[in-house]
Amino acid sequence: MKIAIPVEDKSLETSVCQSFGRTPFYLIYDTDSKESIFLDNSAVASQGGAGIKAAQTIVDNKVSALLTPRCGENAAEVLKAAHIKLYKTVDASVQDTIDAFNDGKLSLLEDIHPGFHGHGGK
Amino acid sequence: MKIAVLSGKGGTGKTLVSVNLASVAKDSIYMDCDVEEPNGHLFFKPKDIESEKVSIKIPFADEKLCNGCRKCVDFCKFNALAFVLNKLKVFDEVCHSCGGCVLFCPEKALSEKEKIIGEVQRGVSENVTVITGILNTGEKSGIPIIKKSLKDIPAGKEFTFIDCPPGSACIVMESIKDADYCILVAEPTLFGVHNLNMVYELVRLFDKPHAVVLNKCLEGENPAEKFCQEKDIQILGRIPFDHELGTLNSNALISVRENQKYRDMFSSMLQIVAEEVQHETVTNP
Repeated sequence: MKIAIPVEDKSLETSVCQSFGRTPFYLIYDTDSKESIFLDNSAVASQGGAGIKAAQTIVDNKVSALLTPRCGENAAEVLKAAHIKLYKTVDASVQDTIDAFNDGKLSLLEDIHPGFHGHGGK
Repeated sequence: MKIAVLSGKGGTGKTLVSVNLASVAKDSIYMDCDVEEPNGHLFFKPKDIESEKVSIKIPFADEKLCNGCRKCVDFCKFNALAFVLNKLKVFDEVCHSCGGCVLFCPEKALSEKEKIIGEVQRGVSENVTVITGILNTGEKSGIPIIKKSLKDIPAGKEFTFIDCPPGSACIVMESIKDADYCILVAEPTLFGVHNLNMVYELVRLFDKPHAVVLNKCLEGENPAEKFCQEKDIQILGRIPFDHELGTLNSNALISVRENQKYRDMFSSMLQIVAEEVQHETVTNP
């Protein structure tokens, strides 16, 4: 299956990005073929609605699951409409995150935040 | 003439200044543009209220006509649209009602529906026509309400006082856009200076004639006054930090209607504003 992770750089050695909508890149990883592709996030500089646009990219890449530390409510609405499962990452390492997912150790992301909408947030 | 009253944060005295200036003028309009929490009406207690709903336009798709070309999704600068599993999703609260998606849809699959977001109330309190913009709880932007309030200003009144929302964001820009003059209300603290500077920069950017009212003035040094002197900003008046005024205000009374002392204070501010605006129209027509 194909999974997506927001990442800081185009490398498997990089870390998971704390923001889903405003991450610079996405890793699209195929858990069967072990193939990885890195996508630019076109929503990163959006004035608003970054989560919606970013979620559209994930939907269009036909992934089955998104692994992310956080997700806003608008993005989650788009992802859920496409039946994409959301899992909460716990580790900053991309490789550890993939391993944890493969081992079934990641739990579903339940705490969807209401979005920052121009107010940043850390 | 339209006079906007603004400040960098809430609680500096915008409503106190605009309510009292409107009351001291012979025949005026008080317009509450602080649509998220309008409170001028608490002082005026206007009668004969008429209200008019304000709505915005939100797109919706006819699924039978939509062929999934996504021109609308790509066009939307605000990312209010997403296309998932052959269905267009519209995020109402992200949409800015520009209508672009409807124009660009080659299949004519998009139309607009009205969504009520609040209302404008008009009433009368003695010599003042009171206009109150009210944004429904949960709505994201009050700008359409301010636009509606400003568009329908009743003719024939000499003064319109616009009580702005706090800060210097889009909603304040919309409120001062058509103003002939801006009054900045400031508190006598360093924090007050910081907030004053925000709105000072805004009115300069908009090239609006402006002056400051120093509120809550105490004995001793006033950082906001010092700021005005350094920047060469005219000071319209000084409102004392005074128990009597505070009591009147917290009982929702209009001080100029209660006490000659305050009537004189606000009259003299209004006098200066009127002269300044006249002067502006002569020198800067």
